[in-house]
Amino acid sequence: MTTDLSPAENLRTTLYDTHVAAGARMVPFGGWDMPVQYQGTIAEVEAVRQAAGIFDVSHMGRLNISGPNAAGLLDILLTGSASDLRVGRARYCFICNERGGVIDDTIFYRLSDDEFLLIPNAGNRAVVVLWFDRQLAQHYDGRGVQITDRTMATGLIAVQGPQAAGIVDGLLEDFSPGARLARNPGREPQPSLLRPYTWGRGHIDGRRIFIGRTGYTGEDGFELAVQSSDAAFIWGRLTQAGATPCGLGARDVLRLEAGLPLHGHELADTITPIEAGLSRFVRRDGGFNGADVLDHQRVYGTPRQLVGLTMPGRSAPRAGYDVLADGAVVGTVSSGSYSPTLERCIAMAFVDAAYSEPGTALQVDIRGRAADVTTTELPFYRRAA
Amino acid sequence: MNPDDRKYTREHEWVVSEAGADTVLVGITHYAQDQLGDVVYVELPAVGDAVGYLAKMGEIESVKAVSDLFSPVSGRVTEVNGRLAQEPELVNNDPFGDGWMLRVSMSNPAELDSLLDAASYEEYIGQL
Repeated sequence: MTTDLSPAENLRTTLYDTHVAAGARMVPFGGWDMPVQYQGTIAEVEAVRQAAGIFDVSHMGRLNISGPNAAGLLDILLTGSASDLRVGRARYCFICNERGGVIDDTIFYRLSDDEFLLIPNAGNRAVVVLWFDRQLAQHYDGRGVQITDRTMATGLIAVQGPQAAGIVDGLLEDFSPGARLARNPGREPQPSLLRPYTWGRGHIDGRRIFIGRTGYTGEDGFELAVQSSDAAFIWGRLTQAGATPCGLGARDVLRLEAGLPLHGHELADTITPIEAGLSRFVRRDGGFNGADVLDHQRVYGTPRQLVGLTMPGRSAPRAGYDVLADGAVVGTVSSGSYSPTLERCIAMAFVDAAYSEPGTALQVDIRGRAADVTTTELPFYRRAA
Repeated sequence: MNPDDRKYTREHEWVVSEAGADTVLVGITHYAQDQLGDVVYVELPAVGDAVGYLAKMGEIESVKAVSDLFSPVSGRVTEVNGRLAQEPELVNNDPFGDGWMLRVSMSNPAELDSLLDAASYEEYIGQL
């Protein structure tokens, strides 16, 4: 097992040349050079909300975790159960330290009884691998689990939006689901019949595809893992089929509108899932790292809570800005932006629990100006059912 | 790409003299709007306000970031581009034209001589 601990230069995904050739603007993110935008963030957000967009998410990790002790180790490391997860399904949860702080948030897929695919964030991949190795040594004497970092050998492409299902149905051949599909009397299996948080396999023009019905935009969508050498070809087929290439700028706005956390902002090793309002992804039967702290917080509450903030206008609260009540600092903005979908400014912030009730009138210090904001429940945006 | 008829700051504003008047128009460059991404909000001084040479004159906000705007010259604001309040995307679509920001009556026209010409600005952004 190898992984890049501190690369001297940013890494490049297998789609780097594709992005540059298409005129995307590249920026450093999580140790990688990634496209921040193609045509423009607002147009890309609209494409995902109204049609379909594609994102290169190959910077995120792909860790294969297999062996007779794989499920047992993951049960200790993750806030969501691995041994209860049926083959063919996926789950979102957290990798917590002993204090309940979030080392990373992740989606993991059960590929077979003793094999999982786990997706850590780009900037956390090395830390997660080290943590898993250390925990394996501690709990299983280093035996019975193989951790293989497949990040550089593969590409990962997200296809998101109301037209995503039609696009992947049209391209995928000999699709086979990993678990039972949604009811489909008389119809061939196809990706649009995957339930949320399940996966399948298929081909596009003979190239192997792993496809999960997962995403990070608040829209219906899929994530496709492919061989590294096939990624540019698959990307081309998806764009020809009508999906709009999107950058990290759009991805950040979309996830914020959908109230989804970003590690380093709403989650960190000093922030617990309970503080971030994400207790539904923490199992109640204990037995995992940080369970005692999280159980206690679930029952007794936390001094600070993540809330949504909204305000009219276009000058947005930004990460790090103070949240004020009657001139006193009662919190900090974790993410904020103008929302093209909602046509107002939205933000997430950690505030003292006394001010976390939805509908509370607060202010944000926007570069010396106290701007009125209102706390609100998350998400800001929910797609029509 | 950067018009020859005007001068530039290292903060990516432009200033162009208007024929037969001692006023100038001020805006930001194509390079600046491209770096910012989609502009959603421009905060500018009001008519009658004083602006200072290379001093902060306002703020420009895109979806992902906020930046200060600097006046290329000192003087008094005689007009503000009112269209930007409703159509901030003009800054992206036509930064050297309809996306202009301020009309300024200069108090010290010699300041123009200290700014970059188009060729020097081109060279400058090539090194960024």
